[in-house]
Amino acid sequence: MTNHWIDIQHADVIMCIGSNPAENHPISFKYVEKAMDNGAKLISVDPRYTRTSSKADTYAQLRPGTDIAFIGGMMNYILENDLIHKEYVVNYTNAAFLVSDDYKFDDGLFSGYDSENFKYSKESWAYQLDANGNPKRDDSLQNPRSVYQLLKQHYARYTPEKVCEITGTAIQDYMEVIRTFAATGKAGKSATIMYAMGTTQHTYGTQNVRSYAMMQLLLGNIGIAGGGINALRGEANVQGSTDYAILYHILPGYLKVPTYDNKTLKAYNDKWTPKSNDPQSANWWSNTPKYMASLLKAYWGDAATEQNDFCYDYLPKRSGNYSFIKLMERLQNGGFEGLVCMGTNPIVGGPDASAIADGLDGLKWMVAADLWETETSVFWKRPGVDPKTIDTEVFLLPAASSVEKDGSISNSGRWAQWRYKAVNPPGHAESDAFMVDQWVKNLKKMYAEDKKAVFPGPITDLDWNYGDGHEPSIDMVARECNGQFTRDVTIKGKTFKKGQQVPSFAFLQADGSTTSGNWLYCNSYTEQGNMMQRRGQEDPTGMGFYHNWAWCWPVNRRVLYNRASVDLNGKPWNPNKPIISWNKVTRKWEGDVPDGGWAPMKEDGTKSPFIMLPEGYGRLFAGGMADGPFPEHYEPMESPVRNLMTKQQSNPAVAIPGKIDNSGKYPYVGTTYRVSEHWQAGAMTRNLPWLVELVPDMFVEISQGLADWKGLKNGDMVTVTTERGKIEARALVTSRIKPLRVSGKMVEQVGMPWHFGFNGLATGGTANVLTTAVGDANTTIPEYKAFLCNIEKGGLKS
Amino acid sequence: MSVSRRNFLKGGGLAAGSIALTGKPSQASVDKPALRTKGLQTSTTVCPYCAVGCGMIVHRKDGKIVNIEGDPEHPINQGSLCSKGSALFQVANNERRLTKVQYRAPKSDKWEEKSWDWAMERIAKRMKDTRDRNFVKQEKINGEMYTVNRNEGMAMIGAAALDNEECYLLGKFARAMGVSYLEHQARI
Ligand code: SF4
Repeated sequence: MTNHWIDIQHADVIMCIGSNPAENHPISFKYVEKAMDNGAKLISVDPRYTRTSSKADTYAQLRPGTDIAFIGGMMNYILENDLIHKEYVVNYTNAAFLVSDDYKFDDGLFSGYDSENFKYSKESWAYQLDANGNPKRDDSLQNPRSVYQLLKQHYARYTPEKVCEITGTAIQDYMEVIRTFAATGKAGKSATIMYAMGTTQHTYGTQNVRSYAMMQLLLGNIGIAGGGINALRGEANVQGSTDYAILYHILPGYLKVPTYDNKTLKAYNDKWTPKSNDPQSANWWSNTPKYMASLLKAYWGDAATEQNDFCYDYLPKRSGNYSFIKLMERLQNGGFEGLVCMGTNPIVGGPDASAIADGLDGLKWMVAADLWETETSVFWKRPGVDPKTIDTEVFLLPAASSVEKDGSISNSGRWAQWRYKAVNPPGHAESDAFMVDQWVKNLKKMYAEDKKAVFPGPITDLDWNYGDGHEPSIDMVARECNGQFTRDVTIKGKTFKKGQQVPSFAFLQADGSTTSGNWLYCNSYTEQGNMMQRRGQEDPTGMGFYHNWAWCWPVNRRVLYNRASVDLNGKPWNPNKPIISWNKVTRKWEGDVPDGGWAPMKEDGTKSPFIMLPEGYGRLFAGGMADGPFPEHYEPMESPVRNLMTKQQSNPAVAIPGKIDNSGKYPYVGTTYRVSEHWQAGAMTRNLPWLVELVPDMFVEISQGLADWKGLKNGDMVTVTTERGKIEARALVTSRIKPLRVSGKMVEQVGMPWHFGFNGLATGGTANVLTTAVGDANTTIPEYKAFLCNIEKGGLKS
Repeated sequence: MSVSRRNFLKGGGLAAGSIALTGKPSQASVDKPALRTKGLQTSTTVCPYCAVGCGMIVHRKDGKIVNIEGDPEHPINQGSLCSKGSALFQVANNERRLTKVQYRAPKSDKWEEKSWDWAMERIAKRMKDTRDRNFVKQEKINGEMYTVNRNEGMAMIGAAALDNEECYLLGKFARAMGVSYLEHQARI
């Protein structure tokens, strides 16, 4: 989230698209309703009429996977009718920048396309540069090569009629959405977008998000109270586990994982530290070398010295894409001996789930740490499989639950909050930290003793000192995550002693004098104590920042990009709802922690507000994307219609996978969702009697029309089939799900929750048996949210 | 700016409420409906389900959790919880929870109980053998040799259910082991 949960109350317009907070983030809806009590309008854009829709002023139905068409049409209306927040757009976004003459867009393809490799070369997606190497600009926005004019031209094709033909939205609903939302392009008005997996789980999911961000930039809605684009994250600590980089492509704090050609630390720094010649650009990532050196020092301690590149050699270097889908492909090809699953259940939660289950059969060993016996941990006795044919050794380790251990988690609004251990785990269960600690200690011993061990250094030198307790001291780990001084130093006129906590990432160094396990969390545990444990309830501004409640990254800033919430003189666009404002007397910002303390933009020596980008301006045109600098509508990999916008059917930057229906065998659009009573792959809810009683069975939701056509009544068993597999479930016939008129024909939708599996107190068909293992061009998140299926009366056995 | 109704109501309570650090869980002051929770020890926690991050109070007696409810002092949820958060009590008290280390031998159709020591040593051994057998020190790409130091024999997945500090330890361990196939729920 750019903003945070409590901030939603400040919005004038709230658009829930690809999300259903009333059911899936229920307590957040408190703030939606609070805003509505103050006169805000709620828009719900969803294939299904959800409980969020039932509270909305406007409900607009759209076909799964057509967000870019929907938002593109909104941007077109905003641009055609000049409803942008002009001062914001000119000063804070790259609208005025001039784009290279080589950049082109033609019938669905951007310049630089390589059809053999489903890849773009992005050289032409660049700015025109002046003699100093800075982007050329035209503040009148009239230059035909300006981002603004190219944007306008790009979306001119997205007329309301065309959009609604693609999305299936009723045009009067669509126009109401546009007019309501576009009205927030004035100083003093705000709109927020609340989105979730309905947005991201597409082959162009990143571009879906980008389209929201671009529209919000055009309306001046980023950085302000009640604004932003806000991802409603589905797991309690999925924000934290991302920040801590349990991902193939990043290191803690979003540092890049080194690639094979970054031969030395210097080469790594040269490659990944962005450069800017603009003195007005803070270019925050120019600090990369400091953060990287501090991370390496946290990993390898005294063994990491300036002379040995801080053990940079010890980090594995990647030479490919190892994301979840690729990992599972490799598993299915017998590429792994071992797999460690920490509280995860991929044969329910992963795409094309049966294929993942089959892949597990080829492992030599598997470790699963969990509170429950999950489907994945008993894959060797799943239905239809003879355990005797499976050679895998499986270790199932009983894990502690959240109330049985100490530690912090980070919510969607980036608040890191501490949880305390209340009781011991049941029986012999232990925390995940205990398990990792045991592995490290055993392996350190084994590597030290084995003279023939392969490349033992990364393990034997690993700095691993978390006390002498039964499990690691989480307090000591939290201190290391923040970072410490490794020697007495003076930085920025302040003197620090060896062993002291680093006060914030502004003090991290590239010379080995600091450690930090995650620079983004530097400031979470200072000499004043563990900030994540704070419980101060005061709210002196009345804006709901709660600066003394827990701690939030970065440096306790509650709203990101907040220097865009003020005009060039530092006066809030909305003086009644200031995030920050410039006090001319004290020459300081007041309110939230500012995104850098520099003076307002009118003054000398200041910096532009979008400090994480080397140019310092919000990107309407983004040359770094895999699939084009502007979001463009394509159809999902499996779609019932041709692309009406261009002749490119699917995202050109995504290779078309094997198990795809091109035959029309599967006429209905399938999509997955969650219910309030269950959670993710289900182990944490399908084993709880209270929740099982509320929602005991797997179901598929269909329209009355489809039920009549198939001779189905509510509660009948049905079989749903796709190119990947089939499942059975009970039919739930509702008026919440309706067919859509798309490109002149009626298309039926089938919706289903994805929480069920064959094991646990409540069992049922696994929706992900049906979904496609094809990923987004930028992130490779699977396209769970749109596939083609068929539905027939009767269960699998009947 | 003007004083909001909220601040006005809180009035002089501001100073008293602004204890920056509680340090210990028992110091976290929470509403205690007198009868129901009398004599119980309390601590605070945050909901493990969605990422709204609702605060909760855990009541315990004799080392057992006897009640979990919304934390009325928590600025986000102000005491309320949804269906899942309200059911956390049944995670803490549930016969279906795993309580012992289980091992399934190749071709076997059942679990066997094992000790932690046995399991951890054996797992570490498997990890070491796998790493040493499948370690790619160098790789030839476009005719040139590059040092890559990757362990290609194993993958590690999951982490969204772990605490930040646990994620940090897991990531540190994974990288020391040379594991590049490291992924979790954020990607899916
Ligand atoms: S109580 Fe409900 S809304 Fe609150 S964090 Fe838990 S799951 Fe989310």
